[in-house]
Amino acid sequence: MGVTLPILILSIPLFMFLLLGLGGVKMSRKAAGICGITGMGTTMVLAYIVACTYYFSGDIAFIIDGIRQQYQVFDVTWLAFTEKLVVNIGFLLDPISALMLIVITTISFMVHLYSWGYMEHEPGFQRYYAFLSLFSFSMLGLVVATNIFQMYIFWELVGVSSYLLIGFFYKLPSAVSASKKAFIVTRFADLGFLIGILVLSFYTDTFNFVTMTDNPFEVLAQTHGATFMGASVLTWAMVLIFVGGMGKSAMMPLHIWLPDAMEGPTPVSALIHAATMVVAGVYLVARMFPVYCVVDTALTFVAIVGAITAFYAAVVACTQIDIKRVLAFSTISQIAFMMTSLACSRMGLVPEGHHEAYSGLGYMAGMFHLFTHAMFKALLFLGAGALIHAVHSNDYTKMGGLRKYMPITHWTFLIGCLAIAGIWPFAGFFSKDEMLAAMFNQHWFYGAWMTMVAGLTAFYMFRLYYRIFWWEENAEYQHHKPHDGPWQMSLPLLILAAISCVAGWIPFGEFVTWNGQEYHIHIEAPVAATSLIVAVLAIALATLMYAKKNPWPTRVKNMVPGLWEAAHRRFYWDEIYQFITHKIIFGMISKGIAWFDRHVIDATMDGFAKITQRTSVAIKGMQSGSTQAYVIWYFVGALLVAAITWICLI
Amino acid sequence: MDYSQFGAMVPELIILGIFLVIFLFDTFGGDSCKKLLSPLTVVLFTLATVAIWVVPSCNEMVFGGMYVNSTACNAIKCILNVGVLVVLLQSMKWADSDEGFIRKGEFYELLMVTLFGMYLMISSRHFLLFIIGLESASLPMAALIAYNKKRHESAEAAVKYILTAVFSSGILLMGLSFVYAFSGGSLYFSDIAASVNTYVAGTEGATQFNGLLVVALAFVIAGLGFKLSLVPFHLWTADVYQGAPTAITSYLSVVSKGAAAFAFFVIFVQCFGAAYPEAWEWMMYGLIILTITVGNLFAIRQKNMKRFMAFSSISQAGYLMLGVMAADSLGLASMLFYIFVYVVSNLGAFGVISSIENKTGKVGMDDYNGLQKTNPWLAFIMTLAMFSLAGIPPFAGFFSKFLIFTSVTGTGSVALYILVLVALINTIVSLYYYLLVVKAMWISPEEPVIERYQSALSERAALWLCTAGIVFFGLVPYIYQYCVNAVGDADGFLAQFMRLPLN
Repeated sequence: MGVTLPILILSIPLFMFLLLGLGGVKMSRKAAGICGITGMGTTMVLAYIVACTYYFSGDIAFIIDGIRQQYQVFDVTWLAFTEKLVVNIGFLLDPISALMLIVITTISFMVHLYSWGYMEHEPGFQRYYAFLSLFSFSMLGLVVATNIFQMYIFWELVGVSSYLLIGFFYKLPSAVSASKKAFIVTRFADLGFLIGILVLSFYTDTFNFVTMTDNPFEVLAQTHGATFMGASVLTWAMVLIFVGGMGKSAMMPLHIWLPDAMEGPTPVSALIHAATMVVAGVYLVARMFPVYCVVDTALTFVAIVGAITAFYAAVVACTQIDIKRVLAFSTISQIAFMMTSLACSRMGLVPEGHHEAYSGLGYMAGMFHLFTHAMFKALLFLGAGALIHAVHSNDYTKMGGLRKYMPITHWTFLIGCLAIAGIWPFAGFFSKDEMLAAMFNQHWFYGAWMTMVAGLTAFYMFRLYYRIFWWEENAEYQHHKPHDGPWQMSLPLLILAAISCVAGWIPFGEFVTWNGQEYHIHIEAPVAATSLIVAVLAIALATLMYAKKNPWPTRVKNMVPGLWEAAHRRFYWDEIYQFITHKIIFGMISKGIAWFDRHVIDATMDGFAKITQRTSVAIKGMQSGSTQAYVIWYFVGALLVAAITWICLI
Repeated sequence: MDYSQFGAMVPELIILGIFLVIFLFDTFGGDSCKKLLSPLTVVLFTLATVAIWVVPSCNEMVFGGMYVNSTACNAIKCILNVGVLVVLLQSMKWADSDEGFIRKGEFYELLMVTLFGMYLMISSRHFLLFIIGLESASLPMAALIAYNKKRHESAEAAVKYILTAVFSSGILLMGLSFVYAFSGGSLYFSDIAASVNTYVAGTEGATQFNGLLVVALAFVIAGLGFKLSLVPFHLWTADVYQGAPTAITSYLSVVSKGAAAFAFFVIFVQCFGAAYPEAWEWMMYGLIILTITVGNLFAIRQKNMKRFMAFSSISQAGYLMLGVMAADSLGLASMLFYIFVYVVSNLGAFGVISSIENKTGKVGMDDYNGLQKTNPWLAFIMTLAMFSLAGIPPFAGFFSKFLIFTSVTGTGSVALYILVLVALINTIVSLYYYLLVVKAMWISPEEPVIERYQSALSERAALWLCTAGIVFFGLVPYIYQYCVNAVGDADGFLAQFMRLPLN
């Protein structure tokens, strides 16, 4: 494959960012919108061409004996600090990066199109498109990175563009503080990522993914059994790298930024905080998967974090009333699902009494769910956007009975809900079934736990669905009739709904597996039946409770008031963080440091400045203006130089 | 006598040629020709610069070893030419003004003569020729300083300059006579170097050191220190810089200083290189610390821009001399680069000062308050120049300071590390007063004193040249590479006597 297409894929969004960012002020809204949309559309087409070439061409560079290869389209030296410390910039094509190219460009294009309708009346429309392009560029650069340092650079760029987009409504104090929170929390996590990168590359002598993952046991050997605080350095490195992923993917306890990030425009939430950026952590683990496999401890850590987060977020989602917050917690839960699935996968290390073909199943299933989830979660978010657009509120108590007024939104939203609940034949069913199978295969406990989470998922999604579209009609509709959005908004909904219906039938195992070998997906009947029954029961319960206005939800709430309140307040995580940062760090540690800074460092500097000034005043007599004095100074100076040197020499 | 030897003196002959053309044109041309004088000089001089730059140096020693033409000499001449060109451009409007119109021929002629003298200082390898060069650079300079003869300050400055110059020449000649005695009757650099070598080799391990040589070294340093304004030989600087016409001040502060610095390097590393560790390393060590510190301490309290620049240039000379402390080819190369950067940065600042002075007659630092409101471009260029002089990345001044520090610490001596540390601390002090100017222009809340005006085309050209130099040549290592090549390529004569071999 030539380098033209890959370079274009990266440079078109970058160019669009520069064009709209610098020239946007002078463009009309229409011109800016068309620029952004055509740019992204072209990128999408190119990305499809590249991905399809990779998957289907059968070129020897991409697939040998049925095993898909990692192919570096280009990999050029960018910064050479020393002989060893060299940072490259490149374009890596392998099953997961090709998959991500498709996911990112598709969702990004849908969001570009949708935003044209959604953001039509907002000021700063051009700036908005510029930031979207910057985000797309960064995300694409992240997934095609050939080395972990390039990934880190784009990782930070993604963080910046997310910050810019969350804080897009910069006049709203809540948006500003949400953007700051997101940036600081993810940046804090990235510190771990950076340390992990440095430790890992210190022992492996390379940043390159292909070299690192080709033979992970060699990587392990290179650490020469070095340990730190009881664990091998490699474990530390991989856990720290995962901490970076926890930040971006909003795993507990670093999840606190994602619900607040919903202050950004809704299409942004669909693009960044549902489908692309937040799965960067999953992608990172998948990218480093072979290395993770040789350090079992790190992978177990991932699995436990994932399992806890999935459950926690699902419980919280049951009690939120802001529709975007429900979706945000649902996203956290689903991403945790993918993480756990990845972590329940082992490279050829099969637990005793299990089928060997299952060893890489979790990996395939996690990536499959990443793909399907991106589609239906983007659909749900865009649907939520359409609702907010029509009702001008995020609060579902202001909605109810909307199915008559907004048919397109209603039907597409329902498809999204069915998909995420895992109902046959929608996309979520297939990916969730594979994930659960992989988890049961690793340990029955993971499987059972996650089946419960899947049940909760179905429950809270249909709770949301009924509260929005059924329940009781809001009386205000008589004055102000809500309606579906313009075609730019409806079209993406329809497309994504269609994808959510059929995506499950894609033979995903043929495209993406951990080692590039084909894997035939087959439905695991007991697992599928269990999860389907659980989902149906959960939906039935939600129907009973929320389809028509009735006092049951309040009664249930009053039965467990403490628990409900705790879940509603997200189990007080924000308060804990507030306490730690404000009371402990700012109040106690920072105060001492500030005192030292003001009274010791500043005072020393002031002292130097005073001494300098005083000396300056003291010697001003030298410059008297009298030439005779100058000449005397001159002569005495010359003699002194000679005399002092002479004395020293003797 | 073999007249073909003059063929090696191409740069000097070109400058002399320009001088003659201007002289004849000025003397025999009518009033209408006078108008053409400035453009003519600029054009001729530009051509000359290109010629010196493009024509490869013949690397030849002529007149029995009195004169050398080498790539390193050519490099410094080119760098000085850039400075002179900028000075010519920025003074064009001033020279055409009423007060100078009749006598403006003199300005250009004297400028060319002093430049000729500096060329000789650079290329001479015999102290007699060197003194001729030095004097022909000094005496016409006094006339230039007194150019505004009706202005009291100008005349006073010229008197102060000539008195100090004469005195310094006396000291220098005295030192040279000791050198003459020491070397046993020769003023050739090579002979002196040989005798110093023999002497130092002969006294290995002995505590005695020839007093004659020490006094000679001190006096030669004092004589050249006058040109460079090293402390304590600097006292004339502020008064003269303030009194002289601004065009002359900028010429004095960069071109004259650059030539003297190069000559200093050649004389000390080449003639007295063997005496470096015992004697003059420590002399210069003390003088550099004094120069940088005292220059800075005085600069802090200046309110007049020209005086301020005078003290700033004193402290810059101290940094320049660090290249001599390195005393090797890398030191020379980084010194050349430092001179180039100093030329563009200092002339950028002087360009703004002279433009404002020509227009409004104001030179106080307070007059610059709020300059950005009325003349944003001037304020911008002044800021760049100040940043570059203070050594803030990514401007050229940062790289020149960095390279010269590296060349000094590269020798590995602990004492020199301490010297660099002192220089670094002084950089912080200098940052303070350079930023005072920036603060006045950008942050000061007071109403601007200077009105909005449009600078002359020639002034703008000069300023753009400097800006390009400050911004571009810090990031693009072309000039530094040019300096390294020029020093490394040739001047075998220099290498022969260098303490550390070239490359």
